[in-house]
Amino acid sequence: MSILIDSSTPVIVQGITGSKASFHAQEMIAYGTKVVGGVTPGKGGQRHLDRPVFNTVKDAVRATGAQASLAFVPPPYAADALMEAADAGLRLVCIITDGIPSQDMMRVKRYLRRYPKARRTTIVGPNCAGIISAGKAMLGIMPSNIYIQGTVGVVSRSGTLGYEAGAQMKALGIGVTTSVGIGGDPINGSSFLDHLMLFEEDPETKVVIMIGEIGGPQEAEAAKWVRENMTKPVVGYVAGLTAPKGRRMGHAGAIISAEGDSAAEKAEIMRSYGLMVAPSAAELGSTVALALAKAG
Amino acid sequence: MDIHEYQAKELLSGFGVMVPPGGVAYSPEQAVYVATEIGGWHWAVKAQIHAGGRGKAGGVKLCRTYQEVATAAKGMLGAKLVTNQTSPAGKIVHRLYVEKAEPYVRALYLGFVLDRKIERVRVIASAEGGMEIEEIARDRPQSILQEQVDPAAGLQAFQARELAFGMGLNIKQVSQAVTAIMGCYRAFRDLDATMVEINPLVITKDDRVLALDAKMSFDDNAMFRRARVTEMRDSAEEDPRETQAAEFGLNYVGLEGDIGCIINGAGLAMATMDMIKHAGGEPANFLDVGGGASPERVAAAFNLVLSDRNVKAILVNIFAGINRCDWVAQGVVQAAKNLRVPLVVRLAGTNVNEGRRIVAECGLPIISADTLAEAAQKVVAVSRGEAVSTARGVR
Repeated sequence: MSILIDSSTPVIVQGITGSKASFHAQEMIAYGTKVVGGVTPGKGGQRHLDRPVFNTVKDAVRATGAQASLAFVPPPYAADALMEAADAGLRLVCIITDGIPSQDMMRVKRYLRRYPKARRTTIVGPNCAGIISAGKAMLGIMPSNIYIQGTVGVVSRSGTLGYEAGAQMKALGIGVTTSVGIGGDPINGSSFLDHLMLFEEDPETKVVIMIGEIGGPQEAEAAKWVRENMTKPVVGYVAGLTAPKGRRMGHAGAIISAEGDSAAEKAEIMRSYGLMVAPSAAELGSTVALALAKAG
Repeated sequence: MDIHEYQAKELLSGFGVMVPPGGVAYSPEQAVYVATEIGGWHWAVKAQIHAGGRGKAGGVKLCRTYQEVATAAKGMLGAKLVTNQTSPAGKIVHRLYVEKAEPYVRALYLGFVLDRKIERVRVIASAEGGMEIEEIARDRPQSILQEQVDPAAGLQAFQARELAFGMGLNIKQVSQAVTAIMGCYRAFRDLDATMVEINPLVITKDDRVLALDAKMSFDDNAMFRRARVTEMRDSAEEDPRETQAAEFGLNYVGLEGDIGCIINGAGLAMATMDMIKHAGGEPANFLDVGGGASPERVAAAFNLVLSDRNVKAILVNIFAGINRCDWVAQGVVQAAKNLRVPLVVRLAGTNVNEGRRIVAECGLPIISADTLAEAAQKVVAVSRGEAVSTARGVR
């Protein structure tokens, strides 16, 4: 098992005819992902990478039965593409695009709430590296050869730090079930918590590593949930102990987020909720090894 | 992106927020001219910098004569202002705003912010406006009123009314305050702001509600569709290296240490800086080269890092996904010719073997590292002048 995607998940690529999207779609296909087509408005009816291209996501879903999408759409059109995917009934959309306005993401998340929870689209990203279920399928831009199949779930805000975890684990012979990059933007489609819940239910996942950063309340919220609900060991890490303090303009930000934003505070919160915190980014793999030994 | 008070007031008044009459001045003569144009008997001369806390730092002066306006302007222009919101180095004042000073009976606080936790705009108001608002929020949280905005429906007039009545305003003042609150919200929404703050929002003797100060910050990601705001950028307020970085799609923040960093991904960049510190060194900068690190971008990154004369060694750490190591390696080798400091390079990910081969065979004294820990240790060692083994072959 794995979470979110496996080798049987039919996938489309939104913006498939672009050069970067093409490159990564080919990588996904080579990895074994079931890419069934793509969407580029105005290029419906053409074929690209030996797959059909459609004008709309609804057309693509009707013709191919697609359940998930990788969105490679420029920032001004990204929110629209996400809402289109949600309305077409896709279960999962992974959005790689970096630089989407925050208010657009706010609108997207509000829009998703028009659908009942059972058929609401899960968005992963934006500004993320995507999802890989090791040995099965890839919905993203990561270098796939740094992951081996195994029993560790990875959820990371940063793409490259997620790679770092995958590579360190591989060097120790530890594999992953699924690795998810939730993205570094202020407003994410899905949170640490959303994916921890999925890993908790996945029978193959034995241990989860959650890799956070300074800023925002997500890591603390997820750590609290781990303490209260999670039966599997969770390893934590927070980047940014030495990060420069953000510049300030006015008081409004300080009034709403008085505490818990710094890397040191977040690591301490994780520790207090019983997570095993990796002492440095070079010890992500070795800390997971300890957790696996503990999990038995 | 931040803008000046006078620019924020210009934008907000376009959305119906009332502000005192005023004008911008670049010299004492202009300041006096603006005062004569505005008329009246009292003026506030205000230093325009991208930071708050100006009042306590001497950046706002109340003047009763044209002579006082000229003297205040002369004292502020070109002077360095250090407030509790600037760095210890402070900011040089290049522009002034001269405003009609309006006597007022009450000072309120009004703020709008994009709240990551609720993923909505949050409106904050308090009857106790002024400079100590953060202490008030900490010590008497019950005196802070808040409203959340539904992104689909927008802020509603009843929410603005609840805030206004909550601050103890009378009915005449409430209708003006609602106009101000709704106007600020519309400006926030329509201009892609991330923060709007009116501190203080004042009530005059004749029940008018005026924005005496205004701060606005904007979402950099949305500036492609906000030409009017982009035009307000004041590059004198920004670190020139950060401005230069932005032109090449790089994200750079200068720091105090001596180890230059060129890394892809903000998370890995922060983690690498933490590792350098862990190994006993001090990073000179944060630099995220982002996805698609072309040779031009890598060259620009090297130029930026080297423009800091404190840099004694450079660490390049690229874990390639959307980037490819061979592509990055070519850029690094190009940029590393005639380098004045030692260079440690760690490549991993897509096309790593090809990338490492290019670095190993380039004939330059580049020090290779395979892991994050090794890279951090080596760069700290060479920054202290210690010898470490240089290029290795392909593994």
